[in-house]
Amino acid sequence: MKNARDKLSHPSLTQNKVGLVPKDYHGEMSTLCGGCGHDSISAAIASACYELSLEPHTIAKLSGIGCSSKTAAYFLKSAHALNSVHGRMPSVATGANLAARNMKYLGVSGDGDTCSIGLGQFIHGVRRGINMVYLCANNGIYGLTKGQFSATSSLGVTSKNGQTNPYVPIDPIILALEAGASFVARSFSGDKNQLVPLIKAAISHHGFAFIDIISPCVTFNNHASSDKSYGYVQDNQVYTASIQDYVESVPEIMAEQTPGRLTSVLLSNGEEIFLKAVSEDFDVYDKEKALQLMRSFSGKKEILTGLIYLEKHSHDMHQTLGTTLENLRDIDLSKLTLSELELKEINESFS
Amino acid sequence: MPKKSMLQDTDYYHQVIDCQWACPAHTPVPQYIRLIAEGKYTEAYLLNRDSNVFPGILGRVCDRPCEPACRRSRVEKEPVAICRLKRASADFKGDIAPFLPKIPKKKNDKIIALIGAGPACLTVANDLLPLGYQVEIFEREKNAGGAMRSQVPSFRLPRKVLDEEINTILDFGATVHYSAEVTSLKELLNRKKYSAVVIGTGAQIGKDLDLPGRKSAASWCHIAFNWLASVAFGHVKTVGKRVIVVGGGNTAMDCARTAKRLGATEVTIVAPERDIEMTASPWEIHDATKEGIIIKNLLLPQSFATQKNKTGLYFRELLSCYHQKRWDPQFAKAEPVFLPCDEVILAVGQRSNYGFIDEGSGVSFASNGLPVLGPHRFQSSNPKIFFAGDAALGPKNIISAVADGHEVALSIDLFLKGKSPSERPQAKLTMRSEVLGYLQLSYRSDYVEKDRQPVPEVPLDERFDCRDTEVEKGFTTKLAQEEAQRCLNCDVQTVFSHNACISCDACVDICPEACLSITPNQSHDNLQGLKAPLLSEDQILFIGEINKGRQLMIKDEDLCVHCGACAQRCPTGAWDMQLSRIDVAKAGCHE
Repeated sequence: MKNARDKLSHPSLTQNKVGLVPKDYHGEMSTLCGGCGHDSISAAIASACYELSLEPHTIAKLSGIGCSSKTAAYFLKSAHALNSVHGRMPSVATGANLAARNMKYLGVSGDGDTCSIGLGQFIHGVRRGINMVYLCANNGIYGLTKGQFSATSSLGVTSKNGQTNPYVPIDPIILALEAGASFVARSFSGDKNQLVPLIKAAISHHGFAFIDIISPCVTFNNHASSDKSYGYVQDNQVYTASIQDYVESVPEIMAEQTPGRLTSVLLSNGEEIFLKAVSEDFDVYDKEKALQLMRSFSGKKEILTGLIYLEKHSHDMHQTLGTTLENLRDIDLSKLTLSELELKEINESFS
Repeated sequence: MPKKSMLQDTDYYHQVIDCQWACPAHTPVPQYIRLIAEGKYTEAYLLNRDSNVFPGILGRVCDRPCEPACRRSRVEKEPVAICRLKRASADFKGDIAPFLPKIPKKKNDKIIALIGAGPACLTVANDLLPLGYQVEIFEREKNAGGAMRSQVPSFRLPRKVLDEEINTILDFGATVHYSAEVTSLKELLNRKKYSAVVIGTGAQIGKDLDLPGRKSAASWCHIAFNWLASVAFGHVKTVGKRVIVVGGGNTAMDCARTAKRLGATEVTIVAPERDIEMTASPWEIHDATKEGIIIKNLLLPQSFATQKNKTGLYFRELLSCYHQKRWDPQFAKAEPVFLPCDEVILAVGQRSNYGFIDEGSGVSFASNGLPVLGPHRFQSSNPKIFFAGDAALGPKNIISAVADGHEVALSIDLFLKGKSPSERPQAKLTMRSEVLGYLQLSYRSDYVEKDRQPVPEVPLDERFDCRDTEVEKGFTTKLAQEEAQRCLNCDVQTVFSHNACISCDACVDICPEACLSITPNQSHDNLQGLKAPLLSEDQILFIGEINKGRQLMIKDEDLCVHCGACAQRCPTGAWDMQLSRIDVAKAGCHE
């Protein structure tokens, strides 16, 4: 079947602006369980990059350890990738981004990588404002080690083997908001209509973009008492706003076509998404309200999904540090170090 | 709009198997191709024989409606060489005698008269003899075979192959009266011997062109049907150096290639249609042009040269000859074109001769000249008289005559057992899962990227000396097995259980041809949100409600390569790959 996927593609799926077809954004055949939510996320990333006409070689995929982190192999075969140490992906991303600021960084991580072993790394990655997309494939379980509770498992849920979780969960969305992420969203792997535009928006965003994606584990966490199963999320998914469309800098055309209920959200690269707010007082730019909203949903049956917060004037690590606009890796060594004469002058100034 | 289905029934699955659906006799193509891939030629031959009766003959000269329908031609360019694989099963088969139907020694008291020993009546005999019927065949020629013998040139179909497959049927115990043309149907009926009569006399009158000078050209202008028969039976052995064949069908190609073998050096086919409008099969046009035959299009014959010592045809140039598929010649404003030649062959169509069907035999004819065949399939207004093949529905091809033969045999069997021929047994569908386990299928599901294998041929400089030299040598076993791997196994069906689906998207994401979509539940007439737009109006769509009716699972069957990826990635077994076998109803199957 891998065979067919590599060789065929539907004739109507045409080339995008850089001359690539959807199959050029595929990766290796997934070795995850059939039906894993993570595979849907991989497919959503591939669709988003195809639709944005990104060239895979301008993208770096970074991951840690876990089922989710394996997925970096399953999309964008020809992009750069580093599968790092458990929970250390944000540090690797920091280094990579410092060296080559003009690339796109896609971090794929899971709830274990993000909220357990890599919690500190995650928080500091957000704090630094790395210009990256950080995707957390959140299945509320340690799937790779056979289904133990993770830090995002809800209080009181039972595992497949009947144990009850005695701990309160960590909500990575609240952590990301508190630590200063400038783009925060939650989605569901089974809802590509929402997920693909969100990923596109996150990629177009300048600054730290975080998307927590509920991604059911079909093998260990898709049972009746789970609150991260396909059935549960399908039944209980609610929206902050529905993303109507993603357009590339053609606001005047859209303004004619769209009624007043739509809110246009301008992304930092000049591109625009349209949100149809579910509640009238929802304001995607208000961090305090976003935090209140998220807290109000903790312990609720419903799962709030959609774009939760967007910072109007976001900035990234390089702006904070005042680094050069060029990729550091591209700057000649002679420019980065002092010449013998300059060094001599400095030394002599102390004498 | 595409045909849509919420239910998967026999017809739905049958249509997925494009080749089998397109074959008038519904030969289970993928099944025999798999047997060939396994080197089981005898089994492949016998499976073929069940439905098309003449695998060796049809493996050479079939009109192959299966091939343009082949899914492979939509997924890439060239269809699987289905027809030539059929021939391979005939070429490499072992002894089939032990596996042929057993003919009961004790006969029932019904004798069936078959008029014409062509493919239609031979098929009727093939189907009825094993059921205990007796058949008597009346043939006007000295050999059986009908148009297969008189019209198909021997360089495409060797007599040996023809004799072998016809004799298989005759050896079932058919009584054949050779050189016994039936001139009066009434007289035959008056013998009171026959429980039913089948008219399978074909379309044996070649059409003529009533043009000025036709009479004076009688010695050098022939009608294709008669001319090909005269060549086949050895009455005509030579032809002039320059030959013009008028017509754009397969018969014209056969005439031209035959003329080439009788000594013509300059053979031209002249057709009023554009090249792409010609009714000849593309491969027959290709074979003819390869042999140096020139095809001239958009010329309509006007008159024959009548001057002494001048032979040839006058034509007028056309701009077009069809308007919205109807004959409507538009002439170019140009001088008539004269094409000199020594002989002309008119291959401009043929029709049936019903002269022997006398008044009072109870057979009615419609205004188009064809017999009225009532709701009871192929049964005429005289319930004892049935029509099959070209005599029934007008000129078609061998495989259609075979298909008609099966239908008539079933109708006769039902009729003589006191049942209504219109209450036919349903096609039988059997299904079996091919999923062995995780990532394991019991058929070869990987996509073999390979171009269609050309059939080896006798070199051009060796093929014209003897008219009987068969041009195509046929596949070797190696080539046949390689070609067989191009088959996409369309009979291994994707079967969906909507109750099991958890709408996880795994199948949608993995499908290499974007066949699958999960969309919000919506109107079936104007489906939105498909992964890829529908390319074909004719292809069927599967639609199933999932996720408590909130969503639809949609499958566009058009480009599915039956790779089984959906079933392999499905966590709940909602998609299953099931081998389907569709057996259309045949005589005797209802017992």
